[in-house]
Amino acid sequence: MQERELPLWEVFIRSRTGLNHRHVGSLHAADAAMAIQNARDLYCRRQEGIGIWVVESAAIHASDPADKDALFDPAEDKIYRHPTFYDVPDGVENI
Amino acid sequence: MTTTCDQKDLFTYVLRLGDSGLVLGQRLSEWVGKAPMLEEEMALANMALDMIGQARNFLSYAGELEGKDRGEDELAMHRDVGSFSNPLLVEQPNRDFAYTMVRQYFYASFAERLFEQLQHSADSRLAGIAAKAVKECRYHARHSGLWLVRLGDGTEESHQRVARALEELWPYTGELFEMDELDRRLLQAGVAVDVQAMRADWREALDQVLVEARIPLPSDDTWMHSGGRSGHHSEHLGHLLATMQILPRSYPDANW
Repeated sequence: MQERELPLWEVFIRSRTGLNHRHVGSLHAADAAMAIQNARDLYCRRQEGIGIWVVESAAIHASDPADKDALFDPAEDKIYRHPTFYDVPDGVENI
Repeated sequence: MTTTCDQKDLFTYVLRLGDSGLVLGQRLSEWVGKAPMLEEEMALANMALDMIGQARNFLSYAGELEGKDRGEDELAMHRDVGSFSNPLLVEQPNRDFAYTMVRQYFYASFAERLFEQLQHSADSRLAGIAAKAVKECRYHARHSGLWLVRLGDGTEESHQRVARALEELWPYTGELFEMDELDRRLLQAGVAVDVQAMRADWREALDQVLVEARIPLPSDDTWMHSGGRSGHHSEHLGHLLATMQILPRSYPDANW
């Protein structure tokens, strides 16, 4: 019998209504339906979520760590891009 | 409780439900540490815990109905093979992953329908336990059903294994839908549910899965095993109980 690993999937969980799906980890599964099943067992055992996304890891394209300087450093001295120059009203969450 | 059914009948009915959960839960937990992959190990352990949770609810209730001061632990750990009343299907060994998934599908798809209706039992305690259990069993049926399709429509090896499991376990499915005098009395009282009436729907759902899995449909006139519900078990249950019960039997007052 040939040993072949099932494809890898990245798992995103929405923890509450109104919040974004957040990356929580990865798992192996034969296809999307099984990946959602497995995500439920691995990442939602303790009521962590109300919604699950799975994406095949192979479908994700990542930035090259070698491009770090060019991509991220130019933002370093542009503090005016931060939303820190006005007051957030009380009672506004999740900004 | 609003019904006028016999307490002893109700005890037996509840005990059967509890034993089914307990034995299947113990079987599933045998996979822990040796499942084919991490993801499935978690799924199997989750299902095992669901089954044992259901068993605890039923056995505690059975103990109260009996009124002999036997709690869930006493009923689970200090009874012998002959007093267990689970159907033979759930005590069948795991053998391989395909076998385990077929057994799980057969039982979960049945239990899903059973608890769906038991939610409306005249016995409010049973109705409450069923309302929680139905969601768990629905998930188990979906999970094992998805695996049946993937194994059946997978490699030649996986197809052979799942087809063989289906053939060998099929004769244990008849017992799930048996109803004796006790069941009928409780059905009359509005406490029990009519499992015979669920068979066609259960079969239809199974056939849908099997067609998708490219597995031949089993024959309707197969000879069926019976006896588990009245304490006549296969050789496998004794071994299962020996493993499960050894600690509380060797050290009766053992505590964490």
